[in-house]
Amino acid sequence: MARVLDAAGRVDVRAATGPRRRDWSGVLAHAILIASVALLAFPLYYAVVISTQTVSQATSLPPRLLPSTSALQNYAEAWHRAKMGRLLINSAVMALGIAIGKIVISLLSAFAIVYFDFRGKRLVFWMIFVTLMLPIPVRIVSTFEVMTQLGWVNTYWGLTVPLMASATGTFLFRQFYQTIPDSLAEAAQLDGAGPLRFLWSILLPLSKANIAALFVILFVYGWNEYLWPLMITTTTEMRTAVVGVESLVPRGGSQLAEWNVIMAAAIMVLLPPVAVIVFMQRWFVKGLIESEK
Amino acid sequence: MKRTVFRNRWLPYLLVAPQVAITLVFFYWPAFDSVRLSLYRASPFGDRLIFVGWGNFARLFSDAAYVRSAITSVLFAFIVTVVGLALALVLAALANTKIRGLGIYRSLLLWPYGIAPAIAGILWLFIFHPSYGVLPYVLSFVTAYQFNWFLKGWVAMTLIVVAAVWKQFGYNLAFYLAGLQGIEASVLEAASVDGAGPVRRFLAITFPLLSPVTFFLFTLNMTFAFFETFGLVHSVTQGGPGDATSILVYKAWKDGFENLQLGLSAAQSVVLMAVVIGLTALQFRFAEKKVTY
Repeated sequence: MARVLDAAGRVDVRAATGPRRRDWSGVLAHAILIASVALLAFPLYYAVVISTQTVSQATSLPPRLLPSTSALQNYAEAWHRAKMGRLLINSAVMALGIAIGKIVISLLSAFAIVYFDFRGKRLVFWMIFVTLMLPIPVRIVSTFEVMTQLGWVNTYWGLTVPLMASATGTFLFRQFYQTIPDSLAEAAQLDGAGPLRFLWSILLPLSKANIAALFVILFVYGWNEYLWPLMITTTTEMRTAVVGVESLVPRGGSQLAEWNVIMAAAIMVLLPPVAVIVFMQRWFVKGLIESEK
Repeated sequence: MKRTVFRNRWLPYLLVAPQVAITLVFFYWPAFDSVRLSLYRASPFGDRLIFVGWGNFARLFSDAAYVRSAITSVLFAFIVTVVGLALALVLAALANTKIRGLGIYRSLLLWPYGIAPAIAGILWLFIFHPSYGVLPYVLSFVTAYQFNWFLKGWVAMTLIVVAAVWKQFGYNLAFYLAGLQGIEASVLEAASVDGAGPVRRFLAITFPLLSPVTFFLFTLNMTFAFFETFGLVHSVTQGGPGDATSILVYKAWKDGFENLQLGLSAAQSVVLMAVVIGLTALQFRFAEKKVTY
């Protein structure tokens, strides 16, 4: 009985002080989130600041946390020294190639799996499923030998095609197709439309959101892939931008560390995938949730 | 399950052909080749392979450097995952009130996901730089201890952990915030009516109700820390100092590509494969229970 009274008392107190309490917790929440956002942004801010300074400013103590005026020289220097133009093109080819190739390939295979009955369907399904368990690091040496035998080392084929197949996209589209009412396909058949016609004019337009979501995830993945381009490219002309930045970092004490130039290169390289995430955020969140399921 | 509606003898095979071909050539062939190679070692002149059976595995597990690398990897993955999730969960719980602008915060939190681990590492490398970095500079006022990651293994480890946690943090926080929005406010109200304080409410209600999100993020972060951090290690510490940050993926690459010990590297790939299979199985075991994200 005492408990009930106690409880009733508490409810009253809450009701009386409700709005004020809510305000304070709101302020606390904003404060925490703003602090998190600021802390998260600091490394990027610092990198941008360093990329605008001269070498002596970047390596002076105490560290200068405000931008300076050497941005143009640094970015130009980074562009020339790392052959950044070429590397960014390579990265773009790799990211777009993987994203588009993977979307097309998994769209087709998911269509076959959902809308057809054929011998060996289960086998195909499991074959695709198992690829989830074979990421690049578990096939390091052997994959390189396969690439050598195909003559794909230092080619755009080698940078893109082997990464185009994996289960994620196929499962995403399969799941989505299964939610599309059967009546659509039946109606298409009654109208005399074949399977490819149905795929092109009905399924594809319906899949737009899923395609956009997958595109963001795959573009970021392709752009940021590191081990793969490091393994199968041996010339600077075929390197991707992310790997190229590493080559600017001094190893050993004798090299002069031009951190302002390194940071300028890093900013150029990180901008495209971050921009894709920021500008396509709605699709990015959808893609994250669906592709990781 | 959808009723299949199209009939065609060859079309479905044509549709799955690209995916099956790529899967066979770039996933199965190298994977089987890894398993095969792991049973051989190159002859002294490198001209032929000598069958050694379990020899490579026996060598691996009795090799102190490999065992150290395994411990380093597990430690690294656990610290990244546990620190990352704990930080995100606590902040999300503190910030969990119905506040305005959650969408804006989400944008400001998610962008680091787009940064390659290698680039994230380079940004933090400079912050940690023993001569010019802002962090050792600040710490120098507190203690005379030299936080030099070129020389001290644990500082190097801290550096890559911080970079990895930073990259994943906004993503983890965004998922926890979304998960918290799904918890009925009435459940927490009821608990507070029963006299449960905020900590008690968090431990007894919020945390258990969030367990699906936690589990999802746990496997995701573990997989990330194990398999997607090669670029981070390669661009920042190169496994050093000594082998303090030589995680399994990095060691497998180094033994295969720099030390050219193919059999040994292949055996490491096979061990890694077992780890992925374990992580994937874990993920699916729990996904079976209809976890809702």
